Amino acid sequence: MDHGDGSVVLLERHSVQAAREGLITDAKDSPPSLLLSSQKMYRETIIDFEQGCKCLEAGVSELKRILEEETTSETLIDPKQYLELYTTIYNMCIQKHPHDYSQRLYNKYRDIVEHYAKKTVLPSIQQKHDEYLLRELSRRWGHYKVFVKWLSHFFNYLERFFISQRNQPPLLEVAMKSFRDRVYLEVQVSAKDVVIALIHKEREGEQIDRELLKNVLDVFVQSGMGTIERYKEDLEMFLLEETESYYARKASSWIQECSCPEYMIKSEESLKKEKERVTHYLHSSTESKLVEIVQDILLVSVEKHLLEKEHSGCSALLRDDKIDDLSRMYMLYHPIPKGLEPVADAFRVHVTREGNALIKQAQDAAANGSFVEAQLLVGKIIDLHEKYMVYVMGCFKNHAFFHKALKEAFEVFCNKKVGGSYGPELLANFCDSLFKKSGNDKLSDEAMEATIDNVIKLLDYISDKDIFAEFYRKKLARRLLFDHHKVNKEHETSMITKLKRQQGGQYTSKMEGMVTDMQLAKEFQKGFKGSLTKKPGGIDLAVTVLTTIHWPSYKKSTDLNLPREMVQCVEAFNSYYQSITTARKLSWIYSLGTCHVIGSFDPKPIELVLSTYQAVVLCLFNDTERLTCQEIIEQLNLSHEDLVRVLISLSCAKYRILNKEPASKSIATTDVFEFNSKFTDTMRRIKVSIPPPSMEEREKVVEDVDRDRRYAIDACIVRIMKSRKVLPHQQLVAQCAEQLSRMFKPDIKMIKKRIEDLMARDYLERDAEDHHIFKYVA
Amino acid sequence: MRRSSAASKKKSDSITSSTTDLFRSGPSKATSKEMDRIDHLFNQYANTSSNLIDPEGIEELCSNLEVPHTDIRILMLAWKMKAEKQGYFTQEEWRRGLKALRADTLSKLKKALPELEKEVRRQSNFADFYAYAFRYCLTEEKQKSIDIETICQLLDIVMGSTFRAQVDYFVEYLKIQNDYKVINMDQWMGFDRFCNEISFPEMTEYNPELAWPLVLDSFVEWISEKQA
Repeated sequence: MDHGDGSVVLLERHSVQAAREGLITDAKDSPPSLLLSSQKMYRETIIDFEQGCKCLEAGVSELKRILEEETTSETLIDPKQYLELYTTIYNMCIQKHPHDYSQRLYNKYRDIVEHYAKKTVLPSIQQKHDEYLLRELSRRWGHYKVFVKWLSHFFNYLERFFISQRNQPPLLEVAMKSFRDRVYLEVQVSAKDVVIALIHKEREGEQIDRELLKNVLDVFVQSGMGTIERYKEDLEMFLLEETESYYARKASSWIQECSCPEYMIKSEESLKKEKERVTHYLHSSTESKLVEIVQDILLVSVEKHLLEKEHSGCSALLRDDKIDDLSRMYMLYHPIPKGLEPVADAFRVHVTREGNALIKQAQDAAANGSFVEAQLLVGKIIDLHEKYMVYVMGCFKNHAFFHKALKEAFEVFCNKKVGGSYGPELLANFCDSLFKKSGNDKLSDEAMEATIDNVIKLLDYISDKDIFAEFYRKKLARRLLFDHHKVNKEHETSMITKLKRQQGGQYTSKMEGMVTDMQLAKEFQKGFKGSLTKKPGGIDLAVTVLTTIHWPSYKKSTDLNLPREMVQCVEAFNSYYQSITTARKLSWIYSLGTCHVIGSFDPKPIELVLSTYQAVVLCLFNDTERLTCQEIIEQLNLSHEDLVRVLISLSCAKYRILNKEPASKSIATTDVFEFNSKFTDTMRRIKVSIPPPSMEEREKVVEDVDRDRRYAIDACIVRIMKSRKVLPHQQLVAQCAEQLSRMFKPDIKMIKKRIEDLMARDYLERDAEDHHIFKYVA
Repeated sequence: MRRSSAASKKKSDSITSSTTDLFRSGPSKATSKEMDRIDHLFNQYANTSSNLIDPEGIEELCSNLEVPHTDIRILMLAWKMKAEKQGYFTQEEWRRGLKALRADTLSKLKKALPELEKEVRRQSNFADFYAYAFRYCLTEEKQKSIDIETICQLLDIVMGSTFRAQVDYFVEYLKIQNDYKVINMDQWMGFDRFCNEISFPEMTEYNPELAWPLVLDSFVEWISEKQA
C-alpha cells in the first residue's frame, strides 16, 4: 500500500475472510467504493487511541441496536459511518511509532466480540428453555454472524496486513472462539437435550420445526472450529444412544406383535425416515452411523427370530410364494455385513425340506412295491429346481449365496437312495424314458431341449457323476442297438454335447464314440450288402460293427453253437470284413442280436421277432421234436442262466411257443420242451420279449465304476506326487479328493489303500524322518 | 597267517561301515589267534560239505548256549552277523558276528549275549533290527510280504517282551480278520511306530487321518468296538 499520494485502496471483496467457516453467510459484500470521499477524510493529524476507540464503540453500539431491532435490510450501517470507522482503524494502524495501535486494536476487537457474546448473546439464551431456548439460540447465532461480519468490514485493514504479518489467528477465528467459549459451552447441554427431545417427538409422528433444528445443529458444527468434534461429542453421541434405545424398545414390541412381512415393512419405513432426517437437518456424517444402529437393532439382533417365525417367516413366505416380501427381505439384509447369510441358510433349509419330502414320498411308495413314484421323482425334482431357481434369480437378485444355498440343498437329497437305486441311476433312467418318448413326438423340440438342460443342472448336484455316465452309457447302448428306429439323433447328440460342455470331453468321449459307431456301422452294412451275390444261408443279414472300448462290456459268446444257416452268415461277414480292414479282430456278441423267424404253426404262420438266443433255441426244434433243458445246454453251449431266461420267455410267459413238461413256472434241467404247433395269435407278427437282467446290470455298473475309480485315484496320486515331490499324507489325501470331486466323492479309505498300493509298487516311499510324509520315487 | 590278517583287515573295514557300536571301539584288527579260534568254533557246528552252519548246527549251537532256538537272541546274533538266509550262517557271517562281539570261545559268546541284547534294544538300533527281522523271514527271491501265520510268530519273538499287550491284541486281530493275507514291510514298520508312539490301550493319540497303514486303522477300530 502506498501512503504517499494519499489514495486509499479500499477493499473490493472480503474474499479470504468471507470464505472462512461460514461465519459470514454471504460472500458478496463489497463496501461502497467511495474513493473520493476517503481522500477527503484522510487526515494529517494523529488519532489518539482512546479517541479512536470512542468512534469504534459508537459504531458497535449502532450495530447492536440495529440487530436488536431486527431490520431485514442488508446494508445495516450507513455507508458514511462505515467508511469513517474503516478509515479510523486504518489510520490507527499506519501511524508511526509510538502511535501504531495495531496490536491494541486487535485486542480491542477481541474484547468487543467477547463482550457481545457474554453480555448480550448468552443471557438472552439462558433465560429461555425448551424449544424457545433453541429459537433464541438460533436467533442470536444469526445476529452474531452478522455482527462479526460487519466488524470484519471495519477491521479489514487489520486483517489483511497485521494479522498475516504477525501470524495471529484471523478475526473470524477469534470471533468463533469467543462464541464457543462464552456461549456455546454454556448452553450446549440444554440445547442438546431439547434437540433430542424434538427428534423423539418427530419419531413418534409429530411435526417439528426442521429448519430450526438445522440452524441449531449448524451451531454445533461450527463450534468445532474446523473439526466435527463438538457436533460429534456434544450431540451426535447422545443422539445415537437415544436412537439405540428407542429402536430397541420398538423392536421388542414389534417382534412380538407383527408378522415377519409387517415387521420388515416397519423396518423399511424406519430406515427411510432416519435417512430423511439426515437430509433435512442432521449432518451428513451421521447418516451411516444412524443407519447402522437402526439396522443392527431392528434387523440384526432379531434376525433369527424373525426368519423363523412360525407362520410368516422365511419358510412360510417361500411356501406361499410371497415375492414382494422376499424381495424386501433381501434388500433389507443385503447391505448388512453377514446379514444375508441367515436368509440364505433359511432358504437352504426350506428347499432341503421340500426335496427330502419328495424323496420320502418315493421311498415310501417303493417300500410298498410301487415303483411309479420313483420314475416320476426326477421330473418332480426338476420342477422343484425350476421353482426355486426363479426365486434365486428374482427376489434374491441372482446373489451368489442363494445359488450356493440352492446347490447345497439339492446336493443333500439328490444323492439319497430310493428303493435300491439312487441319484445317478434314477437320473439315467429318466433320460432313457425321455429319449424313448422323443421318437413319438410327445415333446416339442423346445420342451426337449429345456428338459435336457434341466437334467444337466441336476447332474451338477450329484456327487457320483461317473456312475451316472456308466448307467447312461448302458442305456444309450440299448437304445442305439435295439430301438434305433425310435431314436431321435438330434436329441441324443444334443444331450451328449451339453454333457460334454459341462463335464469335459473325456466324460463323453465314449458316448460320442457309440453314436459315431452306429453311423459307421451303417456304412459297413451297405458295403457288405453290396458285396453279396446271394444271401448267406438264405438269410437277410445285417451286422452292426462296434468299437469295443466305446461300448459297455458285454459277454462275448463266440462259443455258441449256431445253426448252420447262421454260421454261413457269420463266415460271410467275417471274410468281407477281413477283406476291407487290416489288423482288426471281430468278436461276435450274439446276446445283443435280433432275429426274425417264421414260425410255421398249424393255424397260420406267424413272424416272430426274437433275440438271437431265442431264435437259436427254437431252431433246434427244426431237427428234433423234444428236448430237455440239459440237452439244449449241451447242444448249444449256452450258459445255464441265459438259457433259463430264454426258456421262460418262450414257454412260461405271454406267448407259449414251446410246450413245457411239467407246466410249472420255473425251469429245471430235466424239463422237456416241445414245439407248440398249435400256437396262434391275432397278429401276424409278434415280438417275444426277454427282459434284461437289471439287478445284475446295477452290480456290474458299480463294479466297473469301482475299478475305474481305482485307476483314477492312482493316476491322481501319482500326478500330484510327481509335481510336489514331497507331501504330507493329509495334504495328499485332501488334494486328491479335491481333484477327483468333479467326477465322484472318493472314499478316504480307498485313497489310503491306493497310496499303500503305490508304495508297494515303489512309486512312493515314506520319509525317513517323518512317517506321515511321502516322497515321490522317480 | 598273512592270509588271515589280510582277511581280517578287510573284515574290519566292512564292520566299520555298519552299525555304530561300542564294541567296535576296541582295536579293529583281531589277532590271528582269535580268528583261528573263531574259525575253529565255526567248524564245530558247520556242515562239512556245504561249509555252512545249517539249521541243525544252529540248534546244536543254541542248546550249547542254553538258549531256546526260537529265542530273540539268536535273531539278534543273526543281525549282528548280518546273516542273509534264515537258518544258515556262512563262515564270513560267523566271523563277522563273533569278531564284533569279541567272542572267540563258546563261553565268551554266551557271556556276550546279554550285552548284545542291550545293544539291540537301544533306540537307535532297534528299528534297524526290527526291519532286519522282517527281511530275514523273506525266503523267496522277489518276496515282499510275509504270511499272517509267520508274522504272528515273528511279532511274538521280536516284540513280545517289550510290548506284550499290543502284540497279543494285534495277533488276535490278524488271526480273525479277512482283509489281509500277508503283511508287507511298510505295515510291519508301522506296528513298531504304533507301539512306540501310541499309548495302549487308550490309544487317544491315534489319528486315522494320518498316514498310519490301513491295517492299523482297522486294528484300532476293531479294538474300540471291542471295548465299547
